Amino acid sequence: MKPQEMVDRILKADRRAAARLMTMVEDQSELASEIMKDIFACTGRSMLIGVTGAGGSGKSSLIEHLIGRFRKDDKKVGVVAVDPSSPFSGGALLGDRIRFQKYSLDDGVFIRSMGSRGYMGGLARASSDVVRIMEAMGNDVVIIETLGAGQDEVDIIHIAQTCLLVLTPGMGDDIQAIKAGIMEIADLIVLNKADLEGANSCIQSLESAIHYNLKKDKDVWVPRVVPTIASSMQTAECEGIEDLYQNIMEHQAFLHKTRRIDTVHAKRIEQELGLIFKDEVEKTVFAGLKGTGKKREYIESIIKGNNNPYSVVDEVLSTFLRTEKLE
Amino acid sequence: MTTKKTIRVLIAKPGLDGHDRGAKVVARALSDAGMEVIYLGLHQTPEMIVNTAADEDVDAIGLSVLSGAHNTIFPRVISLMKQKEVDDVLLFGGGTIPEKDHPFLKAEGVDRIFMPGTDTKEIVFYLQSALNDSTPSVIEGTASKS
Ligand SMILES: Nc1nc2c(ncn2[C@@H]2O[C@H](COP(=O)(O)OP(=O)(O)O)[C@@H](O)[C@H]2O)c(=O)[nH]1
Ligand SMILES: [Mg+2]
Repeated sequence: MKPQEMVDRILKADRRAAARLMTMVEDQSELASEIMKDIFACTGRSMLIGVTGAGGSGKSSLIEHLIGRFRKDDKKVGVVAVDPSSPFSGGALLGDRIRFQKYSLDDGVFIRSMGSRGYMGGLARASSDVVRIMEAMGNDVVIIETLGAGQDEVDIIHIAQTCLLVLTPGMGDDIQAIKAGIMEIADLIVLNKADLEGANSCIQSLESAIHYNLKKDKDVWVPRVVPTIASSMQTAECEGIEDLYQNIMEHQAFLHKTRRIDTVHAKRIEQELGLIFKDEVEKTVFAGLKGTGKKREYIESIIKGNNNPYSVVDEVLSTFLRTEKLE
Repeated sequence: MTTKKTIRVLIAKPGLDGHDRGAKVVARALSDAGMEVIYLGLHQTPEMIVNTAADEDVDAIGLSVLSGAHNTIFPRVISLMKQKEVDDVLLFGGGTIPEKDHPFLKAEGVDRIFMPGTDTKEIVFYLQSALNDSTPSVIEGTASKS
């Protein structure tokens, strides 16, 4: 497939072409960044929802029901589901699709599983590109599931417009830990597994944490606690899904009404720029050093005590990057 | 800069019966060997399998068939693979597929059929050699830059 053909096909919502480009961005092929230049122009109009929270809290189950709810509105939905890659083997068992299988025959739903491939931040390095590709395919909504391993899953805050933090009753310590930063983490706090013991006291404790941190500005979004039960395959037997959906829509409406959405877009671009810069600078520098024997010389001079890593990096960067400021 | 492609494999168990223990063991072994395994589990129709393989852009599809329906399932999967532009993907099988049916399935386009009790190492080796990757995987961008 030629690059131009790939772009044309993706813009016409061709799944196979999109799937192939997703693999290229994951494998960091040189060609992918060329193609992404054309893709990028056709993005920025979708609703982006992030879903984060510990493994097993019910992120995939909730997403399954949210897909169904958006499909009722006839919205096209993309889902990016990230699972951790093993730091030892590099492999990953990507099992989120088991919960989404109701939609594997639905033309209006595109799901992509990703291994984190050593990237920190709760997503994969290529997740933001995969989201862009889903937008270019014309998905109205893109839902991003983070891998849910730890508490420092910050990238999702930069990519998603509406961020859901999924908690469950009986994670008392974790709730203590996030209380302080609760306003930054989530737009909506989903208390899933509300069927379990301790749900009510958990809701109260979250509500009071929110009010304790409340700033008195107007035009501030106050995070809401939404209890849900997402375990049934039948949405009708679940609880709180419609409420969650309504809250997502209200948050979106808030972002647009207050023009807060502009800040969200800007943050996302800043994040993407940062990632691309980091990769490209590293690539350029390592490519420049390759085969020159310089790297070994530097290391030896540092061992001998004639140099130090900071000065080496200064020196190398000043030869590869011009030091003048951009106009 | 050349980066190593990560092998992506779809593992599923078509049919309405049976269990997915074998499929799970294989999925685990492949991911331990450095591959990304999209695990679909039980009750998959050929349509679901091929649609998923297309969107996930996998390099190989592995199906565990215990129901005796292999002679209808595999040909159906293969014809869908052609329709959906998934024909550059390896298809392999396992489960309980009697040897007398192997020639037919291979002629249809199943690349390899594993007998019950096959050592998972053999499946790992098969995929790595068929997909041109014999080195144990290292996460891209970390160890390769030293
Ligand atoms: N009791 C109960 N279990 C749930 C609920 N929602 C999900 N689960 C179960 O929690 C487990 C993990 O769900 P999953 O969606 O895979 O979580 P994820 O790892 O966060 O994506 C599954 O066994 C679900 O059936 C709920 O509301 N109540
Ligand atoms: Mg999940």
